[in-house]
Amino acid sequence: MAQNPAALDPHVKPILVQGGASLHKITDDISKITESQTPLKWYIAIGISSSIALILFAMLGWLVWMGIGVWGNNQPVAWAWDITNFVFWIGIGHAGTLISAILFLFRQKWRTSINRAAEAMTLFAVACAGIYPLFHTGRPWRAAYWLLPLPNPYLAMWPNFRSPLVWDVFAVSTYLTVSALFWYVGLIPDLATLRDRAKGVRQMIFGAASLGWRGSARMWNNYEKAYLILAALSTPLVLSVHSIVSFDFATSVLPGWHTTIFPPYFVAGAIFSGFAMVITLMVIARWALNLQYLITIRHLENMNKVILATGTIVGYAYATEFFIAWYSGNPYERFVFINRAFGPFAWAYWAMVTCNVVTPQFFWSKRLRTNVPFMFVLSIFVNIGMWFERFVIIATSLHRDFMPSAWGYFRPTPVDMLTFFGTFGLFVTLFLAFCRFLPVIAVSEIKGMMANEAMHEAMHGQPVNAPAVPEVLEGGRH
Amino acid sequence: MLPFFKSNTPVNPVYGVVGLFDRPEDLLRAGEELHHKRGYTKLDAYSPFPIHGIDDAIGVPKSILGYIVFCAGLFGFANAVLMVWYTGAVDYPLVIGGKPLFAWEFSIPVVFELTVLFSSFGAVFGMFYLNGLPRFYHPTMNFSRFGEHTDDKYLLVVESTDPRFDVEELQAVMSELGAATTEVVEA
Repeated sequence: MAQNPAALDPHVKPILVQGGASLHKITDDISKITESQTPLKWYIAIGISSSIALILFAMLGWLVWMGIGVWGNNQPVAWAWDITNFVFWIGIGHAGTLISAILFLFRQKWRTSINRAAEAMTLFAVACAGIYPLFHTGRPWRAAYWLLPLPNPYLAMWPNFRSPLVWDVFAVSTYLTVSALFWYVGLIPDLATLRDRAKGVRQMIFGAASLGWRGSARMWNNYEKAYLILAALSTPLVLSVHSIVSFDFATSVLPGWHTTIFPPYFVAGAIFSGFAMVITLMVIARWALNLQYLITIRHLENMNKVILATGTIVGYAYATEFFIAWYSGNPYERFVFINRAFGPFAWAYWAMVTCNVVTPQFFWSKRLRTNVPFMFVLSIFVNIGMWFERFVIIATSLHRDFMPSAWGYFRPTPVDMLTFFGTFGLFVTLFLAFCRFLPVIAVSEIKGMMANEAMHEAMHGQPVNAPAVPEVLEGGRH
Repeated sequence: MLPFFKSNTPVNPVYGVVGLFDRPEDLLRAGEELHHKRGYTKLDAYSPFPIHGIDDAIGVPKSILGYIVFCAGLFGFANAVLMVWYTGAVDYPLVIGGKPLFAWEFSIPVVFELTVLFSSFGAVFGMFYLNGLPRFYHPTMNFSRFGEHTDDKYLLVVESTDPRFDVEELQAVMSELGAATTEVVEA
């Protein structure tokens, strides 16, 4: 792959697509990932990840067989790793929607190279998240009757719509559905591209999946409208989802949970953790698939800036919680926060502060936020920190109840640990399958961005055959 | 075909004229020439990505998808309010924590989510409906180089149902404005 060595140097002017790549080259490079022979490393990777996913299924089977006592949660910590993991995975999903919807509305063109993979990440993360509350019911095959307003012989009642847990069901299932639709609509033109390159059975599969998309102007007209509307709908949706997740806690009367800061604080934390996961995945994917010229240092740097901003908001929220606990004069509230920072779970609290507040501050340095190995390590720290944040909020608020006689300490069981470990296997397996079988980059969007800029230049007096990239892409949208 | 099923309307063996262009700006100019200067109306442009300005050039009306989405959203909103109110306050009223059986405050999350959900269905399925998807066969697929336009080529199609349809004129205009090839495509 011909690459301009200067373009790979992060200190040269950052660009969105490196080198004067032609439209055909982009089509070809992305399509070939799905068309060429499966590399051995992919088999090895998916072999490992699907084995880990099997652990998840074994653990879930064990849970259904034995009952949810196989998990460590019990009074007073009745919500523990299950809800921690649920919030953790849901939060990770939020970066995908932020990239695909919010950055689209703000005309942030750099999103184009990463939106497809980030949206896929959203879907897989939400799928992993959904497992936890579903299996926490203990009888997931009956959960539909408890969670959704379906007439049924078991309960003969309706869900209580005054409960935030029911809101959560609607928020998360809407989020999963809309994210899947948004992702699929974005995929249709690229599936048509794959169809037109394919023969035989493969052509039939992609022909069916692309619904016979022809890419005519009359189709694009409706398509662009649909895409814009979906972006406009997903933007408030993604903000609502983590707000509603935070209502699970905030609408209770438990000190440590009962705070009005939760919705914005949770949303910022979700974006923070999600971008960290996008960095983790993109650093690996651009290396494994040779996509450095499409997922450039500029993309990674911009994401690191978002990590810095949201990480600082999260740090500010931690400080605000403590201030309000002191300022409220409520002894229970004060106790919870002193206990959080200096009680039996202090190790978890300070792990969280180190990972979430301290580490992102390194990204003030341009050298560090453009250093790929450094950002990879740091993104893992953020992932760990954000998991601890949810654990700290849940466990430390619950484990010392109002009555000291009811105090306890939470210890996870091996089933807890293996279940959580297993969801990573499921997540990575789904992501690997996505990278192998579907276009990992939104080909038509990238081509549209490049060609429309070049065409605009060509039609306004400048040389027609000017290279389609790169400085052209730096300007605003026309 | 069985005689019973034979259509009485004469079948037009020609679907239209297709021109293939290498550059989007040539497609735009050719579209403008045919639509605005020569009065063709039944034309369409195929491209790997939406081209800015193509709608004006070949006369594609503004998409009505927004109205469909609005109606779908309203449907979702109304259903959600009805569901929360009917299940909680009419069919099986339960007093929980002394809270009212129905109030707009606690209905907001569910009503909002269902409004968004149905609006999204409206956006996606409305787009499918307006675009006639899924449709696995279309006469333009008879064009010998069909498929290159999902890579890096651009097609301009004028249908034979156009009242001004004139094969020679079309081929001449398209070639003059930069078409790499033109072809008469069968229906």
